[in-house]
Amino acid sequence: MKIFRIPDITTDGSYTLGAVVTALLLTRGWPLPAIIVATMAAGAMAGILTGLVHTRLKIDALLAGILVMTGLYSVNLSALGRSNVPLLDVTSVFTALSIFEEQVLNELWVGLLFLSVLASLLAFLLRTDFGLAMRATGNSESMTRALGINNDHMKIIGLAIANALTALSGFLVAQYQRFTDINMGIGIVLVGLGSVLIGDALIGWLGIRSIWLQLVFVMVGCILFQMVLAVTLSLGIDPALLKLITALFVLTIVGIPRLLGRHAP
Amino acid sequence: MIELRHITKVFNRGQVNEVTALQDINLSIAEGEFVVLIGSNGSGKTTLLNAMAGAILPSEGQILMKGEDVTQLPEHKRSRWVARVFQNPLGGTAPDLSILDNFRLAALRTQPKRLVIGINAAFRATVRDKIAGLGLGLENKLQQPIGSLSGGQRQALTLLMSVMDHTDLLLLDEPTAALDPKSAEVVMQTAERIIQEYRLTTVLITHNLQDAHRFGNRLIQMAGGQITRDLDAAAKARLRVEEMYAWFG
Repeated sequence: MKIFRIPDITTDGSYTLGAVVTALLLTRGWPLPAIIVATMAAGAMAGILTGLVHTRLKIDALLAGILVMTGLYSVNLSALGRSNVPLLDVTSVFTALSIFEEQVLNELWVGLLFLSVLASLLAFLLRTDFGLAMRATGNSESMTRALGINNDHMKIIGLAIANALTALSGFLVAQYQRFTDINMGIGIVLVGLGSVLIGDALIGWLGIRSIWLQLVFVMVGCILFQMVLAVTLSLGIDPALLKLITALFVLTIVGIPRLLGRHAP
Repeated sequence: MIELRHITKVFNRGQVNEVTALQDINLSIAEGEFVVLIGSNGSGKTTLLNAMAGAILPSEGQILMKGEDVTQLPEHKRSRWVARVFQNPLGGTAPDLSILDNFRLAALRTQPKRLVIGINAAFRATVRDKIAGLGLGLENKLQQPIGSLSGGQRQALTLLMSVMDHTDLLLLDEPTAALDPKSAEVVMQTAERIIQEYRLTTVLITHNLQDAHRFGNRLIQMAGGQITRDLDAAAKARLRVEEMYAWFG
């Protein structure tokens, strides 16, 4: 379920950006649907910026992402005004959509709601003619050019969608943890990458072709990833080591196929 | 169909490794012509083909497609007229996408790719029928990733993909160079059948002089970025393959 072969580090910045926009608008009493639109638009802008730097200036995608991510840090900090904003006295998406007595059940249900809506939209998008063109762009650029597809436009649109979704997860997480922190995005790209790689491994082993099921297995990969981290922490390891453990875990996922001499993902 | 006027292409202009790949090429290809392009490595054949496709833009000169000036149009815009088959079987297909997905995109080569699901039962049936015509037994593997097929099968499918949408000019860049003799034969026969059936204007680059002798109704030889021989159908028919070997002395 990899669409492009672009390691997009903008993620670290757009995740925080989503949380920052959420904090600013939520504390100003904006309605939640408007906040969702604003958050995703902000993320999309970040993605478009990375896409433009990469395609127009022919700068390596990795460097383009680093540039935008670094710039976003200042943008996020200036916009937020300080490094941490609590979101305790606001009507979050989890309270607005609550249907259960217990808060944890509401969090689960809202999470599932967002996941199923997004997965449905993505599954539809990726099966359309446009979605096929996008998937082919990441697969064989000479083919897509010859078939009348503007690869640069595809990459920019793809990065815009990816970062809009990343910003939306910043929206959800900020309200889930009830604060926005300027450093919450650090290393989040690894969480995404690790989840997709686990999902891809499962998809490969089981030989899954359906786009729908592939999306489900990427989500399964994400949950497995988080569970590994949760189990590690529950063993009593210092939370300060969490990022190190994340990095080592992703290194293991990426490294094992290479050590075994198999084709690297 | 396509007309090249005074086309010159210089790579790395002004640097020590400056190369003039094409030198004042004038070439007009009429509708229905099947041009076979031969020449040694570095003679400029591939550059000429890439200039027609828009993969490279010429340093000087003008390119007309059906009378329309397309000199500055990039490759993805020239796909309105041009279909391509690459030397590398990987070049013309998206390996991780299914045969059906690849054919869907090929069917939209000259059209926008919209936010609608275009693969329906009717499309599936059309593709199955077309692929069955190849006689390779691939019609029941439409959902299989195209990358799981052999190079020969992929080249044959790429050829078929080129006529899924309207094609004015078919460009074949050594389509059989990476294939074993048997697969190469299948691909060339497929090419010939499609070209005749759809009356396609075609340019074929080949290093195989037997193929150059056997196929096409016009033969062009290139050397040093220039056209050195241009034989029409009658002259090509009289030509013996031994004479062609002598050209490469």
